[in-house]
This record gives sequence, structure tokens and C-alpha cells, in this order.
Amino acid sequence: MSRARFSLPRSAAMHAALILYTIIAVAPVLLIIINSFKDRRAIFSHPLALPGPKSFSLVGYQAVFSQGSFLTYFENSLIVTVVSIALVLLFGAMAAFALSEYRFRGNTLMGLYLALGIMIPIRLGTIAILKLMVATHLVDTLTALILVYTAQGLPLAIFILSEFMHGVSDDLKNAGRIDGLSEYRIFFRLVLPLIRPAMATVAVFTMIPIWNDLWFPLILAPSEATKTVTLGAQMFLGQFVTNWNAVLSALSLAILPVLILYLIFSRQLIRGITSGAVK
Amino acid sequence: MATLDTIDMADLDAQATARPRRWHIAVFLAPAVLIYTVVMILPLVETLWLSLLRVDPKTNTSFFAGLVNFQTLFGDPRWSASFWNALRNNVWFFIINMVVQNPIGVALAALLSVPTLKGRAFYRTAIFLPTILSFVIVGFIWKLILSPLWGVAPSLLKSVGLRHLFHPWLGMADSALTTVSLISVWQFIGIPMMLIYAALLSIPDEVLEAAEIDGITGWSQFWKIKLPLILPTIGIISILTFVGNFNAFDLIYVTQGALAGPNFSTDILGTFLYRTFFGYQLQLGDPNMGAAIATVMFAIILVGVCIYLFGVQRRLRRYQF
Repeated sequence: MSRARFSLPRSAAMHAALILYTIIAVAPVLLIIINSFKDRRAIFSHPLALPGPKSFSLVGYQAVFSQGSFLTYFENSLIVTVVSIALVLLFGAMAAFALSEYRFRGNTLMGLYLALGIMIPIRLGTIAILKLMVATHLVDTLTALILVYTAQGLPLAIFILSEFMHGVSDDLKNAGRIDGLSEYRIFFRLVLPLIRPAMATVAVFTMIPIWNDLWFPLILAPSEATKTVTLGAQMFLGQFVTNWNAVLSALSLAILPVLILYLIFSRQLIRGITSGAVK
Repeated sequence: MATLDTIDMADLDAQATARPRRWHIAVFLAPAVLIYTVVMILPLVETLWLSLLRVDPKTNTSFFAGLVNFQTLFGDPRWSASFWNALRNNVWFFIINMVVQNPIGVALAALLSVPTLKGRAFYRTAIFLPTILSFVIVGFIWKLILSPLWGVAPSLLKSVGLRHLFHPWLGMADSALTTVSLISVWQFIGIPMMLIYAALLSIPDEVLEAAEIDGITGWSQFWKIKLPLILPTIGIISILTFVGNFNAFDLIYVTQGALAGPNFSTDILGTFLYRTFFGYQLQLGDPNMGAAIATVMFAIILVGVCIYLFGVQRRLRRYQF
């Protein structure tokens, strides 16, 4: 019925508009990656051309690997992100379970208190956070970053997860109780496996801002040993700003892991955003 | 069924009061509440408190100074000029973000939600790509592309005969802020697009079929039926953008540096806070003034969120299907 409305010219116009915007979105990223494989002369004389046998060069990548400690930065980012996500998921799910499963005095108040952090950015407390980390000797440790990112991720995680916890069947939990399972076992054995899809959504939402953050690594952990990829790339790019090969290669190295992960998980990510959990 | 449930609950509650304390609730809540309180809420409160203190330069100890920091911030001509400049720039940053991202986001989402469209997954994935990249990557990509040294932007413009339009936009005080705002839109367009797309998909077919039976199709269907139904989503996008823009920092720091050049024309509250807190060039860092700026940012965000919660969200009718 509605098919008649979408004639061929109309559909062509739609595709033209979408392709145009797709080019705007993707071309800048491709441009950087393509040029990172060219020699300096080709970068400037033919920036839009693909690397050919004449212009192909890895000199930028060699510069990056000889100068920067990108592997360490990468490892730091990975540790911080994975541990923070694990803590956010575990503690967030536990708190969400307590809030959605039990009625106790102050339940609503506690829910509101924990939801405050969804709207108020943790960055505004940076000055006191730095004081706290100095006082506890956590400056320039990955622990400082993990603590901050866990606190930052918890409010939204608790909010999303408790929405999902409401959907877990009461009969199932009560059956568990009759069988003599403790509340802890009910949570870990029955409830957690059932909310795995929601946990994936939360993981993705938590991961992107942590991996990409520049503010807290810059302030809390700027030492060489604790730099994250984002901060390391920023410093490296600032130092080598005139070495175009190195800059383009460093950018490509920072893009590629994220790009590969994104292409693998884009379906889950987009399904997570559109699942209605965050409306 | 509902009444049965409430009776059950009341029963359980009655039992609960009779039972010994339910420690497991505390155990489930403790880790999250502890980390959240110690690392997030207490520092936020302490920052508000620090904004009321000054440090005595002789003894190097803090003392309560009341609103002195705020008097300096708004009263001292040098401070207040920087502050109002940062706030004005921040408002412009937010306006550009809103004015550009929402129409484009709605248009892309509307195109994507056309049921006969082929290749939807490809478009979605491609257009969302910049959103997952970090500010550092995005900032440097555009810094390079817009650089007059490399010449990608001028040669692209030349190919369409508009070479004379090219200027080093990021380097000129008139255009730098708008350029950075557009880069920010480029990066985050995926979020409004996906949220609106989800909202459009959740409009039930019955509503659209009823509209078609009434003869409302095509454009007028979009304006009269779909747009009102996605207004709550646009409200959420607006408040997310507001909060994000008013504590933005990274993109400006990466493209323009901590001095938010040229001549502070891209200085927003986040970069102003950073410079005040850590100091720059010859000026020493001042944590208490930094805390005062953070307090003002806190107030701005709070006002924005309250306007949204009590002014906008209440008025937007929620349609339940």
C-alpha cells in the first residue's frame, strides 16, 4: 500500500542524501588512514590518491614505534577500561537488584540519590577529586582512574539495569526462595544470567566515554607509565606536529583498534541504543 | 492482579519488620553507594565548599572567605571579562550544536526509517562512526584537514570552483568557535540520529494507518503525526547536549590548546576552569577560584536540568501506546 509512494526517483534521491552524509562522516577518517601509508611528498602533492607502489611508505609507523611507547599506553587503556566496566557492571547490578527487588525504608530516596549522577558531570568535582587522590597517594596510578570511571559509570548503569530487573519474573525468584536459595544465590545464579543483554548495553555505554576520556588521565595520571592511549596520542601529536608521516600514522593507530571493535560490535551497540532502555 | 500484588507486598513487608534486619540489602547496595559517594558526591560537595575558601599566602593555610571568590570572578574586570567571554562562547557552542544537529539528525533518522530503504544497516553504521572516536582523534583529523599547510580543504574547494572561500577557519578569531562547534556536531550527530530513529520506529503502525485512512500521508504525515510524537526524544537530546556542551573541554583543548586561541575566541567554561585550576604561562593555578568556576558551571547545569524536568518535560505530552 505504502510502496506506491516511493517511486524510483524518490528512492534515488533518498540514497543520494544518505550517501552524501555517509561521505561527510567517513571520508575524513579514511583520508587520514590512506595518507598514513604514503611518503611525505605524496601526502602533500596528492592527498586524495590511494597509496601506489611509488608512494607507499611506512616511515610514519616506524617513527611512532621507535618514539612512543604506544604498547604501554594501549595496555593502560585496556586495563582501566576493562576493570572499570567490570566494577560498574557488578556493583551496578547489585545495587539495581537491591533497589528493584526489596522494599525498604528510603528505597525511593536512595534511587534518586544514585540517579543524581546521571545529570551532574563528575568533572565538576575534579579539584576535590585530585585532592583526594593526592591524600591517598593514588595520583599517577591506574587505580585513581578506575575509581573515578566506576563512580562515573554507576548512576546510568543502576538506572538502566533496574528497569530491566523489574522485568525478571517474580515466580522464578520465589521458586528459588522456596528451594532454599539464599538472596545472594538468587541474584548471581538466577537474575544475573537473565539480564545479560542489558549488561551488554551498559558495557558499551560505559566503555566509549572511558576509552576516549582525556580530562582525567591528563589531571590524575599524566606520568609516562600510566598514560592512556588517548592522552599518549595527544602528547605525541603535540610533539611531532611537524612530522606529518608520524602524526598520520599515530592517528591511524589510535583509530584502527576502535574501528575494528566497532565494526564487530556495531550491531549490538546500535541495538543497545535503540532498545528503548535509554529513552 | 494489581491488588493481589499489593497485598502480597504488604504481607512481605509485615514479615520483614518481624524478621531480623535484612543485611543482604545493605550488602548489595554498599559497594556502589560507597564508591559513588566517596569519589563523586563528596568531591562535588567539597568543590562547592572550596569555592568559599581562600589560601593565606603567608601561612599557606585555608580560611573561610565567604563569597570573596565569586566577588573576584564577577567583580574584578579581568576575571569577569574572561568569565563572560567563556560563557558567551559556551552558549554559542551550544546553539550551533542544537541548530545544526537536530534538523540533520531528524532528517537522517526520517530517511533511515523509510520501510522500503535498502542498505539501512550500512548507512547507520557509517554515519555513527565518528561518535565512537575520541576527541583527540576527531580534533586532530579536522586540524589536519583544515590546515592550510596540507591543502586538502583548499584543493577540494578548488575542484568545485570555490577556492576563494577557503580560509584557515580554525586560526581566525571570527570563525574558530563556529568551526569547532561544527566539528562537535560532526562527531556527535550519530546520537540524535539513533535516538530519533528509535523513536520513529516505536510509533505503532495503527497510528500511521489511521492517519493514512484520514488522508494524511507523506510530508503532512511527518509534520502532523510523527514530529509531535518524537518531541519528547528531541527534549532528551537537548538536555543531553546541554549538559555535554557546558562541561565540554577535550575538543577545544585538542584543536586550540589550553589557551583556547586565537585570542581566547574559543574559550569555554571547561577550558577556563582548566586554566584557572592549573595555571598557564605566568599565572599560577588557583584551586579556590577553580572551585568557584566549577560551582558556577554546576549552577548553570542544574538550572538547565530543572528547566527541562519541570518546564519542558511536563509540558510535552507523553503518548502511551
